[in-house]
Amino acid sequence: MAESPFKADIERVQKEYSEKMTPGAIVYIPGSSVINKTGSWRVFMPEFNREKCTRCYLCYIYCPEPSIYIDEEGYPVFDYDYCKGCGICANECPVDAIVMVRETK
Amino acid sequence: MAVRKPPITTREYWAPGHAACAGCGCATSLKLATKAFSEAMEEKYGDPNAFAIAHATGCMEVVSAVFPYTAWKAPWIHVAFENAAAVASGVEAAWKKIGRKGKILAIGGDGGTADIGLQALSGMLERWHNVVYLMYDNEAYMNTGIQRSSSTPYGAWTTTSPPGKYSIGEDKPKKWVALIAAAHQIPYVATASVANPFDFVRKMKKAAKVDGPAFVQVQCTCVPGWRAPPEKSIEITRLAIETGVWPLFEIENGDFFNIKIQPPGGGAKVKREGGRVVAIEFKKPIEEYLKLQGRFKHLFKRPEAIDELREQIKAMWKTLGVDVTLPKPEE
Repeated sequence: MAESPFKADIERVQKEYSEKMTPGAIVYIPGSSVINKTGSWRVFMPEFNREKCTRCYLCYIYCPEPSIYIDEEGYPVFDYDYCKGCGICANECPVDAIVMVRETK
Repeated sequence: MAVRKPPITTREYWAPGHAACAGCGCATSLKLATKAFSEAMEEKYGDPNAFAIAHATGCMEVVSAVFPYTAWKAPWIHVAFENAAAVASGVEAAWKKIGRKGKILAIGGDGGTADIGLQALSGMLERWHNVVYLMYDNEAYMNTGIQRSSSTPYGAWTTTSPPGKYSIGEDKPKKWVALIAAAHQIPYVATASVANPFDFVRKMKKAAKVDGPAFVQVQCTCVPGWRAPPEKSIEITRLAIETGVWPLFEIENGDFFNIKIQPPGGGAKVKREGGRVVAIEFKKPIEEYLKLQGRFKHLFKRPEAIDELREQIKAMWKTLGVDVTLPKPEE
């Protein structure tokens, strides 16, 4: 399983972020929005079928979050911490390797 | 198994956790734009991070920088609605003075570019600053609650152009800022779409590499504002290209006569004369684009309004020097 490209940001935010007001209200940590786990917005979640995938990377390119990243072999990995479940990846996948299923918690 | 690599850099400048709606096309456009920009900077200056962003108020500014967080992993400055181009000019002048290599990316929505920031944009282009202006066009003021802008297309519903007994919604044709920018005779002007990401990335890289100002107008979906289902976000913008609603073109040095028009796809027949596109015969009716969006729902009760929209699209293509035929749907 590949690591998220935002792993360093997530660790830095967890370590350095505080509610204290900074001088001039400057935001010091780049990419600090990773603290918001927007995955809780989701109703339908993408289910990925690795056998069908042709690695065309359309899902990776179109994902607006981005909550899709690439593992060592070049397959997409879905980050369910941030996926808002819009369904663009499933709609655009040319080989139907991604299907949207209702999430049960 | 062989390892494959994505066709675009895996460096990220747009972090997840921002507050954009599910299926936001503009978020995709900014993600791709920054990646393309960093690739171009690496090829030109050897430093992928040699750029800074000046961002006008708008949807993408609000969702990406909810205090105390930011979704940006690049130097980024938030400015008022009207002066993204002016601030980008200032940053560029300062970089020139201290001898720093790189390029500035100014980003504005269609309200911040076509209406409020037009004067600052025109000034920036005229003063020949080394800046790329990216206009993400979601065709209304979506952030404040879907008010019409001058970039709203004919017939669209917005809260300030409500359709009813005496109104068909927005009653003015769309203003094409790309053509206004091209009239400044700047090195590079292009329109793009998120539905054609490779074309968009190529145009962004070309814009980033030219010496002097460049302007790119990219169409992207607003899911709540267009009353569209989120998963169809990219499909709708693709239909806009295939039905002729959104042209893909490039104009270099204000040379309208040698305009480069990308073939729209979707079975459309392109006729060329001496390398120049002179006529396009579209195969998909614009109704296919309109019917996916709730903002055009009322037009289907008034076919004459759709015919009027068709005439306006023909007139827009005529400005680009192309004769188009737009089919009507089969009964």
